[in-house]
Amino acid sequence: MIDLRDKLVLALGERDGIPGPALEACAESAGAKVIYTTTQCFA
Amino acid sequence: MDLEEQGTIKRVAEGSGRDRMIVLLGTPNKSSTAMIALTLTQGDPSYAGPLAGVPLGLPIYHILELEVREAIPSDVYAREVGPLEDVLDVEGISAALKSVRAGR
Repeated sequence: MIDLRDKLVLALGERDGIPGPALEACAESAGAKVIYTTTQCFA
Repeated sequence: MDLEEQGTIKRVAEGSGRDRMIVLLGTPNKSSTAMIALTLTQGDPSYAGPLAGVPLGLPIYHILELEVREAIPSDVYAREVGPLEDVLDVEGISAALKSVRAGR
């Protein structure tokens, strides 16, 4: 298990996978600080 | 990953607290995971973007990897990731990241 506490997270989501805000919510719930969030779209 | 995105990530990664930074991916398959992981660890493989020849070297994880899932409260994980865990290629994504981490 990785330790996300106090980590600075770049959350790179994708529309066809897991979107950025979902990654952000997960990371913050584990004690990380999200410093960049995006949801890419290749369609 | 488009060129503008590469530039933004490069600027963010060059900010303070780099030793605490990690990248968390939500890519949908093996190939997209490998491409982004390669770009962020070894530099843009197409040599077209701001990350060409710029290996950021940040630790990279995918939200579907077991070691990440275990770090997140189960109720949050179920709400935010939920059924996608059963739909996406977890094994392929994990294998792609292991390969990039191993430098292959």
